Amino acid sequence: MLRWVLAYADDALILGHRLSEWCSRAPSMEEDMALANLGLDLLGQARFLYSHAATLENAAQPERQRTEDDYAYRRDAPQFRNALLVEQPNGDFAVTMVRHLLYASFADLYWRASVTVNDPAIAAFAARSEKETAYHVRHATDWVIRLGDGTDESHRRAQEALEMLLPFADELFESAPDQAPLIAADAVVDPAGLRETYRRRIEQVCAQATLRLTWPSWHQTGGRHGRHGEHLGHLLAELQFLPRAYPGASW
Amino acid sequence: MVAPVAPQDAAWAIASALPDPEIPALTIAELGILRGVEMINGVMTVTITPTYSGCPATEMIKADIETALRDAGFSAIAVRLTHSPAWTTDTLSAATLEKLRAEGIAPPRRGQPPHCPQCGSAQVEQIAHFGSTPCKSLWRCMACREPFDHFKCH
Ligand SMILES: [Zn+2]
Repeated sequence: MLRWVLAYADDALILGHRLSEWCSRAPSMEEDMALANLGLDLLGQARFLYSHAATLENAAQPERQRTEDDYAYRRDAPQFRNALLVEQPNGDFAVTMVRHLLYASFADLYWRASVTVNDPAIAAFAARSEKETAYHVRHATDWVIRLGDGTDESHRRAQEALEMLLPFADELFESAPDQAPLIAADAVVDPAGLRETYRRRIEQVCAQATLRLTWPSWHQTGGRHGRHGEHLGHLLAELQFLPRAYPGASW
Repeated sequence: MVAPVAPQDAAWAIASALPDPEIPALTIAELGILRGVEMINGVMTVTITPTYSGCPATEMIKADIETALRDAGFSAIAVRLTHSPAWTTDTLSAATLEKLRAEGIAPPRRGQPPHCPQCGSAQVEQIAHFGSTPCKSLWRCMACREPFDHFKCH
């Protein structure tokens, strides 16, 4: 269960941090606020899941006294279990919005399906999160359609972003072999069962956005096992700088 | 002779009167953020629920409750977060919705666009999904031309 919790907590933290990098740089004031709010949602979701991870780990090993900060600030890149999609750099606004569409469409389906799982903590978390991710999907969908069906330049950029990021989508539907008992016990949802619905949704958005979509026959993988690209190390260097440089700092 | 007030009733009275940091016209009780006040093993335990996972006001509300109870003479205080049942705008009372409107914030209407809180017109359009806080979106009225915040359905 700890591995499962950390995978989805890490997705939320890393993507939340990526969105925070847009602060004061977004194309408009409204979009600056929107991206900050989307990032805050993800940060809040990550905090809940990290706290839950600490509860699980402390119950098994009370001497550890883990806190949510241990997971966010005191792990190195190979210990992060996020999907590679969320660590991809912001690129231009089209890349950020296509990345968000690919992530949020998954998260929305996944948390919606998780509302009825047996684990009460996960079910409660899912009930909160699905309300939030519904907004994320709407926002990203609106933008991808607007960019794809916009000017020649915005269409070209959205098309390039889609082609670059599509190979990262399928990793979201992986689950580690040790999660099979949890899935069998209905404690968590098997993401693989949502892939077809997900693909239909993305196809619909792309059709409206006049974007060409071909699902790749291969996909990027490794994030759920701690194998990341160089981007995550740079991201963590910034995210973890303060607590690493000044251990125990507080205000 | 007046019956003595039970400590948890006194604590509830204090906590429920605290204004929300982002919408000070409303209390945290009216917004459904305050979930319960009970004495557990001698500790006055206040339970709150965040509106949105990432709502930055949650930490401030926690500190406000601790300060208010300490000022009232309580020493053993705990504020804990609950996430279930999830916060929703469906439980806001009619009086609370009217207070929002009087503040210039169009109240949530399940499944329907808001009306202008200034002139009541239904001729409105959305400017942005996210307003000054995660719980609000930004709209404009086509009748009186005023922009306004809309408390989103959640
Ligand atoms: Zn008006």
